[in-house]
Amino acid sequence: MKRFVTGFIMSTAVLAISATMAVAGTIKVGAILAVTGGASFLGGPEARTIEMLAEEINAKGGINGNKIELLIKDSGGSPEKAISFAKQLIEEEKVFAIIGPSTSGETMKIKQICEEGKTILLSCAAAEAIVDPVAKYVFKTPQKDSHAAQKIFTTMKEMGIAKIAVVSGNTGFGQAGKAQLEKLAPANGIQILANEVYDSKATDLSAVVAKLMANKEIQAVINWSIVPAQAIVAKNMRQAGWNVPLFQSHGFGNIKYVEAAGAAAEGIIFPAGRLLIAGELPESNPQKAVLVKYAKDYEAKYKETASTFGGHGYDAFMILARAIAQAGSDREKARDAIENMQGFVGTGGVFNFTAADHNGLDIDAFAMLTVKNGKFVEYKK
Amino acid sequence: MTTELFSQYLFAGVTYGIIYAIVGIGFNIIYNTTGIINFAQGEFVMLGGMIAISLAQWLPLPLAIAVAVALVMLIGALVEMIFIRWLDRPSVLRMIIITIGISILIREVALHIWGEGVRSLPYFNGNEITTVSILGARISPQVLWVIGVCTIMVVCLSLFFRYTLQGKKMQACAANRMAATLCGINTKNMVTLSFMLSAGIGALAGCVMSPITYTQYDNGTGLAIKGFTVAILGGLGNSMAAVAAGLLLGIIEAFSISVVPLAFQDAISISLLLLILFVRPHGLFGRKDAAGLKEF
Repeated sequence: MKRFVTGFIMSTAVLAISATMAVAGTIKVGAILAVTGGASFLGGPEARTIEMLAEEINAKGGINGNKIELLIKDSGGSPEKAISFAKQLIEEEKVFAIIGPSTSGETMKIKQICEEGKTILLSCAAAEAIVDPVAKYVFKTPQKDSHAAQKIFTTMKEMGIAKIAVVSGNTGFGQAGKAQLEKLAPANGIQILANEVYDSKATDLSAVVAKLMANKEIQAVINWSIVPAQAIVAKNMRQAGWNVPLFQSHGFGNIKYVEAAGAAAEGIIFPAGRLLIAGELPESNPQKAVLVKYAKDYEAKYKETASTFGGHGYDAFMILARAIAQAGSDREKARDAIENMQGFVGTGGVFNFTAADHNGLDIDAFAMLTVKNGKFVEYKK
Repeated sequence: MTTELFSQYLFAGVTYGIIYAIVGIGFNIIYNTTGIINFAQGEFVMLGGMIAISLAQWLPLPLAIAVAVALVMLIGALVEMIFIRWLDRPSVLRMIIITIGISILIREVALHIWGEGVRSLPYFNGNEITTVSILGARISPQVLWVIGVCTIMVVCLSLFFRYTLQGKKMQACAANRMAATLCGINTKNMVTLSFMLSAGIGALAGCVMSPITYTQYDNGTGLAIKGFTVAILGGLGNSMAAVAAGLLLGIIEAFSISVVPLAFQDAISISLLLLILFVRPHGLFGRKDAAGLKEF
């Protein structure tokens, strides 16, 4: 028996070694994305985007001869699953880096795990807390919440709005956004008269709209969530005959919500990356070429409209690819390469990372958009 | 509170309430003939909406809805024939596990067919911003459709149970399965019929509410929880009580928003469920001695 056990161990060891040799020249990249579940409109496009990019790079022979092996795990948006996938990817698969998770709640749960496992994490989630305080191995590609909130308030001031209501979803994203709005409102001279949180699965918000509407002083509403409730708020407000301006967060950057809200989406104002208006951008815009190519490739391959969320996946993957191209397959060097990366043109904006800023985007990464005739267009006064 | 605000809350409450009631009735119909709770009830609602949305691309809306309801009834019958019919005296626990399994199965299949996004039927009248003014409240005409269609369904069901032979047979099964069998009623067919009936009303509710709430592969679960609360609240097995309980719950939820933050809306309905289970386990309108005779 003992001999058998030893033999078994030996043969497994040999197998393991030969397996490692067989994959020499490939770099394992993990991804934890909410491909299904409530946040699937984030994770779905992200997963499809990085699959497309990995195929494209591998077809060209990889990065400096290193092929990318993608391991995409579907967390369904659940932080518990994200934790166990993160552990699995780091400890068992020993991945080079992890892309994702899609949601802020999940990312916050695995931030520490990646830090301890010395594995690069390129989050596709928005909350500021992901990179503040900075963790050595943790980066994120979506624009900052505080910049989105600041953009909204700046637009409000231009419109002469001072008294508002805030409604938000009870997800990590919703709560982080709410906190930013509350923090930045006083400095912008904006008063939040009502502040309501709804369940992320809410299917009808007409009662809360009725409550807010009864307060005649409210001049505008900000909704901050990533759930279908974004469309429901819009419909319920217009159905109740309440015509104050409705602002949304950058979570609204998916044309599906405009379709879902139909006529009620008209005039919604929100901050977003320029992907949604790629076609309209002037040729001089540095992002134009990247945006147009990504949207064209994605739409040709998957027959669905590209969203900013898929773009976050694009940025995460391409930043990693560029770091590997510069630093080779040494994880520490690749991390340093990301931290020192300057002028990377992505879909979310032009990234300039520093040791203190693991997001790398400034407030100009956002444009204010509005919905006109069922399409996204740049908001102009 | 102004009258406008009051009626605005009232309409919101009645809309939620009547949807909960329909799901609750679905629970009751199956409970009555089989003694089990069908946890896949919410999935029938979702399927109704989804199938109608797909069919509406080719068929006119009323026809799409009719075909969708028929198809979901067929699915209900198939579910019963494949998973339930051949079981010989299954225990309550086993049946619960089976129906939960069915609900997961249906959800996953729906995810594969329709994907993860939200879809909806077009508004039956007007569009997303059309409103009508009633009693000072401004509501979407779709709200009237939901309330109207669900009310008609409730009336038809009660007439069916009271005045038709099939309805009487189903009630006989509910009262005493053994005695019904002895009277020559094919109880197995009655069980199939009960699945078809509750699948059908669920599907129709799923269609009329789709423009308001949207349809997504996983929104059956939330509805099933609310419907279950309502069924328990009214007293299991009593469909008319479920209507009253549904409206009560919906209206409480809507008005609760005026005093407590919105975030507590679900907490209120769940606390209500717990309270009822502790204080009146036989439901608001159920009789204690009748409940004592039931298995579950």
